[in-house]
Amino acid sequence: MNFVLTEEQEMTRKMVRDFAEKELKPGAEERDDREEFSRDIFDKMGRLGLTGIPWPEEYGGGGSDYLSYVIAVEELSRVDASSGTTLAAHISLAGWPLYKYGTEDQKKKFLEPMALGEKLGAYALTEATAGTDAASLRTTAVLDGDSYVLNGNKIFITNGGDAEITIVFAVTDKEKKAKGISAFIVEKDSPGFAFGKKERKMGLRSSPTLELIFDNCRVPKENLLGQEGEGFKIAMSTLDGGRNGIAAQAVGIAQGAMEEAANYAKSREQFGQPIANFQAISFMLADMGTKIEASRLLTYQAAYLESAGLPYGKASAMAKLFASETAMEVTTNAVQIFGGYGYTRDYPVERFMRDAKITQIYEGTSEVQRLVISRYLLS
Amino acid sequence: MPFALSDHHRIKREEFRQFADLEMDTGDHFPRDNLQKAAQRGYYGLPIPKEYGGQGEDFLTYILFVEEISRICASTGVIMAVHTSVGTFPLLYFGTEQQKTRYIPGLAGGEFLGAFALTEAGAGSDAAALSTTAVAVDGGYLLNGCKLFITSGGEADVYTVFATADRSLGRKGISAFLVEKGMAGLTAGNPEKKMGLNRSHTTELRMEDLFIPASNRLGEEGTGFTIAMSLLDGGRIGIAAQGLGLAQASLDYTIAHFKDLEAKGYKAEQSTCFILADLAARLEAARLLVYRAAALKEMGISCLKEASMAKMFVTDLAVSAASRCIDLCGRPAAASDNPLTRYLCDAKATQIYEGSNQVQRILIAREILK
Repeated sequence: MNFVLTEEQEMTRKMVRDFAEKELKPGAEERDDREEFSRDIFDKMGRLGLTGIPWPEEYGGGGSDYLSYVIAVEELSRVDASSGTTLAAHISLAGWPLYKYGTEDQKKKFLEPMALGEKLGAYALTEATAGTDAASLRTTAVLDGDSYVLNGNKIFITNGGDAEITIVFAVTDKEKKAKGISAFIVEKDSPGFAFGKKERKMGLRSSPTLELIFDNCRVPKENLLGQEGEGFKIAMSTLDGGRNGIAAQAVGIAQGAMEEAANYAKSREQFGQPIANFQAISFMLADMGTKIEASRLLTYQAAYLESAGLPYGKASAMAKLFASETAMEVTTNAVQIFGGYGYTRDYPVERFMRDAKITQIYEGTSEVQRLVISRYLLS
Repeated sequence: MPFALSDHHRIKREEFRQFADLEMDTGDHFPRDNLQKAAQRGYYGLPIPKEYGGQGEDFLTYILFVEEISRICASTGVIMAVHTSVGTFPLLYFGTEQQKTRYIPGLAGGEFLGAFALTEAGAGSDAAALSTTAVAVDGGYLLNGCKLFITSGGEADVYTVFATADRSLGRKGISAFLVEKGMAGLTAGNPEKKMGLNRSHTTELRMEDLFIPASNRLGEEGTGFTIAMSLLDGGRIGIAAQGLGLAQASLDYTIAHFKDLEAKGYKAEQSTCFILADLAARLEAARLLVYRAAALKEMGISCLKEASMAKMFVTDLAVSAASRCIDLCGRPAAASDNPLTRYLCDAKATQIYEGSNQVQRILIAREILK
């Protein structure tokens, strides 16, 4: 247990950091302001090989591991959390279930173009009345000849509207409740598949979040992912790993905010000296740095365990809970260190704070993580 | 296995856990039996090279040991941490070959208990302000002054004592000396009455015209402060491990308490579960900070920031974990004979010694603002 990253992982960090500084930083504020998703950025991530980092080369991937993947999400999010979430949803939520449960044909047809960055992925579980209680979803799928017919609405779908490939969860047997849910691979141009409202959000404003509408949407039978009735298991196991991605996003957001705050504290003078000289400020930075380091170690550990094929559910829940709570605290204090300037849009820390909030909510709220962890403790 | 314990570490942890659970006692008296049993198993010299009578284990193994024994008795934990991190390492790092062969086999083998005497009434966080003097005389030095809050004072056999030749020289006037129990002019005071860590003796150490032969000066003249500072990372990781053990003990006790209740038909409320979940996540984070600092130290990589982060985060957690667990377990837990109150009282010291957590924040902020 030496916590040493491999050369490949270090190189991934350096490459993504350079990319984020050069390609993401200049326009991040403007994209946030306009609530504008940039497909061009995703395409560039594809050319860099980020869109398939953990998948084997035979499926167009980078043949790397989950630790390299979370490092990439962390580095993107350090500069632009919206880009971080685009990649996290693409890989963890859409790519992972395809890789884990897809047939060889499905992997070739769907995972490969996603890994190459030619197609964007999304994951559609949440509905208006099925949030934390995901098993209560109402979207239905009925087998009719050679295809399933989907009906229902999904909300809050990251990459929605732009994704060419969406993993959709629907009820195939209502009687069986959670065990009557199945997963489907739905292509963007499927008949009966439309996009509804685009959400206007507090943060992650350059990551699109849309409603998906299925109105007698026909999906070929061979697009069933896994077996009928396996959908809930697929959905939940996907989220276990997805949490590592969100934890990494939270680490990146917090790191970015702390760096901004530390630089500002060194240059901002009050009472004739840099405010960094005041312990009110420097102690805040010390606590930030420590909690970020702890979050990072939890996140890397969870990603490492997943890569090594060891159980990681508890570790992921802990990483996601601790890192997202830390991100919220750190970004709030970063705004505090900037004072009134931090509250304006002239500096990026208010964006970091707005972006941090969702990490406590999506892919299982902090409360759900606490439930998951406490079950491990008390069982 | 960069982010998981190796098989060897897992086996050692299990061995230490068995030792702590089955062999160690608790109580009010100085934990002589615990120490003797630890000595018999070679635990006095875990990270000390075999050529000096140690076990030749790595630093992380030693940290696992302090963590596991501190779960059962944090007083024994601090005695062993002080003995190793600041009682034996200075000899290993700075001793002459003659000093090493004279003292380390005894320290590593468990015949000698080691201690460290830096703090004085007027020199706490500001350690360089110490006023104990070392005046050069024929063949050695005469030490005069009084040290305070010395862990294992009166019990230890070998002390690393810091004294100044000339206070006007500041840090550069300070040298380190090896002082043996029984030397004429050395007296330990009565153990301080403390809020916790009651089994660990904390005393004054008075030196009156205490003659130290020149061969017992550790390192060169004037290098004492550097020696003291170079021990801090190892010392802090040791105390962090003690904090880990304490935090784990609080959580273990409370989880067992609620499992008991569940067996009797009472289900823990969500608010209780959530507090336990938060504590467990923070404890896991704390553990990783400590092990990482230990791994860096083992690899010879500078780990001052990481050691400070680990020490601060873990020991703050040890206190809040004990306090929250008392809240959860209710009134019986607040009784003075309940282990949780002992954990709370023991944990408080970990926030203070080996550099208070305020000092850690100063050091961490300095690194961040570089």
